[in-house]
Amino acid sequence: MVTDIGGVNDKSFNQSAWEGLKKLEGNGVTVKYLQSKSDADYIPNMNTFVKDNYDLVWGIGFLMGDQLKTVATQNPNSKFAIIDNVVDAKNVESVTFAENEGSFLAGVVAGLMTKTNKIGFVGGVDIPVIKRFDLGFEAGVKAVNPNATITKNYTGAFDKPDLGKAAAATMYNAGVDIIFHASGATGNGVFNEAKDRVKAGKKVWVIGVDKDQSLEYGDDVTLTSMVKRVDEAVIRVTKDVINGQFKGGTTQVLGLKEDGVGLPDTSKKNVPADILAKVDDYKKKIISGEIKVPTAQ
Amino acid sequence: MGKLLRWIGSDSFVVSLVAILLGLICGAIIMLIGGYNPIVAYIALFQKIFGSPYDIGETIREITPLILTGLSVAFAFRTGLFNIGAEGQFLIGMTGATFVGVKLSGLPWIVHAPLAVIVGALAGGLWGALAGWLKASRGVNEVITTIMLNWIGLFLSNYIVASFLLQPGQQRSYMIQDTASMSLPWLAAAFGNARLHWGTVVALLAAVVFYIILWRTKLGYELRAVGHNPHAAQYAGMNVNRRMVTAMFTAGIFAGLAGVFEVLGVFHYQTVMAASPGYGFDGIAVSLLGMNNPFGVVLGAALFGGLTYGSAGMSFGADVPPEIIRIVIGSVIFFVATQGIVRYVLLPFYKRRGKEVAKA
Amino acid sequence: MVPLSTADTVVELKGITKRFPGIVANDSISLQLKRGEIHALLGENGAGKSTLMNILFGLYQPDEGQIFVRGEPVTIDSPNKAFDLGIGMVHQHFKLVQPFTVTENIILGLEPSKGLNIDYKSAHARVAKLSEQYGLKIDPKARIENISVGMQQRVEILKTLYRGADILIFDEPTAVLTPQEIHELIEIFRGLVAEGKSIILITHKLKEIMEIADTVTIIRRGKVIDTLKVAETNPKELAEKMVGRGVSFRTEKKEAQPGPVVLDVKDVTCLGGKGLPVLNGISLQVRAGEIVGIAGVDGNGQSELIEALTGLRSIQSGSVTLKGKDITNEKPRRISEAGLSLIPEDRHKHGLVLDFTMSENMVLETYFHPEFSKGIFLNYDAIDKYAERLIQEFDVRTPSIYNKARSLSGGNQQKAIIAREIDKDPELLIAAQPTRGLDVGAIEFVHKRLIEQRDHGKAVLLVSFELDEILNVADRIAVIYEGQIVGEVLPKDTNDQELGLMMAGSKRMQGGEARG
Repeated sequence: MVTDIGGVNDKSFNQSAWEGLKKLEGNGVTVKYLQSKSDADYIPNMNTFVKDNYDLVWGIGFLMGDQLKTVATQNPNSKFAIIDNVVDAKNVESVTFAENEGSFLAGVVAGLMTKTNKIGFVGGVDIPVIKRFDLGFEAGVKAVNPNATITKNYTGAFDKPDLGKAAAATMYNAGVDIIFHASGATGNGVFNEAKDRVKAGKKVWVIGVDKDQSLEYGDDVTLTSMVKRVDEAVIRVTKDVINGQFKGGTTQVLGLKEDGVGLPDTSKKNVPADILAKVDDYKKKIISGEIKVPTAQ
Repeated sequence: MGKLLRWIGSDSFVVSLVAILLGLICGAIIMLIGGYNPIVAYIALFQKIFGSPYDIGETIREITPLILTGLSVAFAFRTGLFNIGAEGQFLIGMTGATFVGVKLSGLPWIVHAPLAVIVGALAGGLWGALAGWLKASRGVNEVITTIMLNWIGLFLSNYIVASFLLQPGQQRSYMIQDTASMSLPWLAAAFGNARLHWGTVVALLAAVVFYIILWRTKLGYELRAVGHNPHAAQYAGMNVNRRMVTAMFTAGIFAGLAGVFEVLGVFHYQTVMAASPGYGFDGIAVSLLGMNNPFGVVLGAALFGGLTYGSAGMSFGADVPPEIIRIVIGSVIFFVATQGIVRYVLLPFYKRRGKEVAKA
Repeated sequence: MVPLSTADTVVELKGITKRFPGIVANDSISLQLKRGEIHALLGENGAGKSTLMNILFGLYQPDEGQIFVRGEPVTIDSPNKAFDLGIGMVHQHFKLVQPFTVTENIILGLEPSKGLNIDYKSAHARVAKLSEQYGLKIDPKARIENISVGMQQRVEILKTLYRGADILIFDEPTAVLTPQEIHELIEIFRGLVAEGKSIILITHKLKEIMEIADTVTIIRRGKVIDTLKVAETNPKELAEKMVGRGVSFRTEKKEAQPGPVVLDVKDVTCLGGKGLPVLNGISLQVRAGEIVGIAGVDGNGQSELIEALTGLRSIQSGSVTLKGKDITNEKPRRISEAGLSLIPEDRHKHGLVLDFTMSENMVLETYFHPEFSKGIFLNYDAIDKYAERLIQEFDVRTPSIYNKARSLSGGNQQKAIIAREIDKDPELLIAAQPTRGLDVGAIEFVHKRLIEQRDHGKAVLLVSFELDEILNVADRIAVIYEGQIVGEVLPKDTNDQELGLMMAGSKRMQGGEARG
C-alpha cells in the first residue's frame, strides 16, 4: 500500500485504509506500507512493491491516479487497486464511493433538525468527489425541508483550518445553525469555530465527514458524520485477491447498499429516534432505487 | 586530475567522509534504541540507491532538482544574499514551463521544448529578481521578501493552473504537449523506466556555468566583490544595487530550471498544490553541504537526494518507520553541516600526525 | 616559596616560543614585569607582540617556555584562568554589547544576584566606586552605543578591574583615540600604577612610550632585540632597534612647484543623514605638484568631503571640477576614470575585499579595462602579471599574489592599496588617514610615495587627524571646521598650537589670506 504525503497517522483516509489492511495480516498474508514524501515518490514506491512481487498494490487517494496508471501499464502482470479514482486498465480495480447517497442521509438529518432553516456546506476543492457530497446533501435537505436554504463555500484547500474557521464564522453569523463539511483538515477549523460558539452558549452543529468525527470533536458539536468506510473497501478488494477473484478493469462503486457510506451509530446521541427512523426510510428507498440521488462526474 | 587527487587527500574531504560516517553511526544508535536493526537498514538503504538500474535512475531523478536549487542558494550566497526563495522561484519556473508546454501546440520539439525551458527559467529568474529589486531600491531584507514570495509563488501557481490550465475533473493541469517533453525515453528504457530527463545534463552544465560566471567573468568578479564587501565594491565604482538584482535573477534562473524539468521531464503536468514540494528549502541544506561551491553542491545534492530516495528502502527492507528515517537523514546532514564538531572529534588524530611530522 | 629577588616581579616569561605554520611568531622570548611598572612592548606590525600577549592571556598555548606569575610557574589555558591569576586584557577591538549599559557590560558573566534578579543597585554602586577610585569618570547607567570610543575603552578597563585584575595588558590602546582622549588615557595609566597595578602596553608609537612607559622591550621578527629603561634611551634609538635600520623622522622634500589648478571645489553643500548640511558651502583648490593637507577634528566633514569628491554622496549645490572637467554628481566610476584615485580612510571596509586574493584586489577599479578583460571574461593571466609587478615595485610582503588580502599585515595591505591607486597614474590622489595604524617604517614609505606623486606634477589631497603628519608632508594646509574651510596656512608659518585653535573653530581666517 502506498500512502500519500499524509502517512498512516493522518487520522483520516490513509489511516483508515491501513487499519483495514492490518486486519487481514496473518495466515500467510503480509501487508506493508510506504509513505510518500512528495508527489515524485508515488511511482518509485509502487515500483518497489511490484519488484518485490506483491500480489496487490494499493494506491490510496485520488491524486495517485495518473501515476498508478503509468506503473500499471508498465507492469501488466501485477495487480493494482486504487481508492477514489477510476483508472482504466485491465490490471487495476478501482474503488469509488457513492458519497452522494451518504450525504443525502446527512441532508435529511440537517433538514429536519435545523431551527433557522439555514444550512451551510463547506467544501475543500471543487472536484467531482466533493461535488458529489454537495449535490447529495442538497437533495437530502430539500426532500424533507423544501424551505431550507443552503449556503455553500468551497475553500480551495484540504489543509487550511484557518480558511475553514473563517468560512464557518461567516455562515454562523448569517444564522446558519448546521454546517456539513467535506474538506479534510480544513474542516478542523469548522469544528473549532463551532466549539467556540457552543462554549459561548449558542447552539450550532457540524456534520463531520469520512470518519466518525464525534470521536474526535465530541458530541456537543458533532451532530453526525458522513462516514466513508475506506477500511471496508480495502478489506473487500484485498480479500477478493486472496481468494483469487480479482476483478481487474472494473470499478466498484460502494454506496449505501454495500455499506460503503452511511451515518455512524453514535448519531443517536444527538439525533432523535423519530428522525433516525425517517433516515432509515430514505436509506431503504435509495437502496431499492425508489429515490435516485443526483451525482456528479 | 592532479587537482582532484589532491582534493581527495585533503583535509575537507576526510572531514566530510568522517562526518557522513558519524551521522550514520548516530542514526544507528537511534535505530537500536527504537528496536530496529541498523545493519539491515543500511544495507537496504544502499540497495535502494544502487540496487538496480531503475533505482539508480530514480536516484538521479531525485538528485537533479536538488542540484539546481542548491546552486540557486549558493549563487546568491556568494553574492552576499540569503536566498530563502528558491522554493517560490522553483514553482514560478515550473508554472511558466507548464503554461508554454500546455498552451502552445503545433511546434516541432526542437523549438517547443527549449522555449518552455527558457520561459520557465526566465519566470523563475524574474521572481528572484523581484526580491533583489526590493532590496536594492527599498532596502527590504531579502530573507523576508523571499519567504513571502514563496507563498505568493505557491498561490499564484495554483491560481494559474486552476484558472487556465486545469483539466476538468482533475486537480492538475492538462498534460503538456509531447513536443514539450524533456524526458529521455530511450535512456529511461535502459534504466527500467526510471524517469530520466534532460534536466540532469542541464543541472551539471549549470554547475559549470556557475563556476565560469563567478570566477571567470567580469560580472562574476563584481558579484563576488559585492558579496564579500559591498562598501569596497561601491568605492571601486561598481553598481552594487544593480548587481544584487543580477545575482537574484541568476539564482532565480537556477531554481526556476529545477521546477521546469520537474514538469517537462518527470510529471508532464502540474498539480494544484496544497503545500510547496520543498526542493527549494532542501536547496538551502544542499548549498550548506556543498559549502557554496558549485561542485560541492553537486556532491551535496547527491548525498541529500541519495539518502532521501534510499530511505524508502529502509522503510521497505527493514521496517524502519519514516519518522526514524528522518532522524537518521537529519543526523547525517547535521554532522556534514557542522564540520566544527567533526574537526573536534578528529583533533587527537591530527595532533598525533602533527607530532610525527615534527619529529621527522 | 617565593625567592626574594623576584618578589616584586609579577609576571615573568621565560623562553616562550610559538610556531605557526610557516613562521615562528615568538622565538624564545623572555620578559619581566615588575609591580607598579608600565612596560611597553614595541615592535612593527607582525613582529609577534600580539601573539605573545595572547599567550599570556590564555588564548594561545606556547610550544616551549614557561610562564611565572608572582613567582609561581603556571599554565594559562584559557582567559578565565588568566582572570583568576589577576591578568586582564583590553583589546584593540572592544568586546562590548552595544545596547547594554556600562554596568551591564561590566558585570556580564559575574552578575551579582538578589534571588533570581540581578542586583543592579549594588552593581551600579560598585562600578561607580571603581570608576572614581581610578579617575575614570564614567556614568554607570549610560548605554554603550551612546558613548564615545574613549569612554568605551574605559568600560573595557573597568571590566578588567571589576574582575580583580592587577596586571593589565593594553593592545594598541591609542590607535582609536583622538589626541585629547590619548592625554586622558595617559592620566588613567598613571592612576592605575599609583594604585599598585602593573601595565603591559603594546604599541608602535614612540611618542607614547617616551611619555609614559618605565621600561620598553623591543621585539623584531619574533625575537627580543633589547630591553631598555625609557629614561636612558631616545626615540631615534628605539626606532632603529624596532625597524633594524636608520630612520629619518623629518620627511625630506624639495620645495613644491605648484602648477595649474587640478581640483576646484566651489561652494559645495551636502546633506547628512538627518537632512542637516554636513558640508556647508566648502571651497578648495588643489594644484598640480602640491600636497594640500586638510586638518581638522574628526567629524567636521572630512569623510563627507571625500565622498562628495568621489561621487559617493550627492551634492546639493556647488560644483567640483577635475582638470577643467565638471565631475559634480558623476558616477564613481566616471570620476575614477577621469583621473581621481583614493586611498580610503578605512582600508578594510572601503579599500580592499579582504576575501579576494591580492591579485584580484589589485584590479578592483580597473578590472574592466581592455588589458585585463576579453569580452565578458577576465584575463586572469594579465591580472596576475600586473599584480606581480605592482607587488614587487611597491614591496608588498605577501607569500604570493594568490594569498587573501585578509592574511596580510595592515602595513602591507596599505602598501597594496597605495600601489593600486598610484599605478592608475591619477591627476589627483586623495589620501585619507593613509598612515593610521601603521608602524614607523610603513609611515615613512607612505609619505615618500605621496611626495613622489607631487614631484611628478600630480595633485595630492591629504586628509589626516594627525597634525604632525600634516605639518610634515603638506605644502599647504586647509583647516576644516563644521563643513567649511575656515582657514589656509603654510606649514612653515604655523605651528600645532595655532592649528589646534583653528580646528577648534575659535580662530577664523579668510580662505587664502595666509598665502598672501
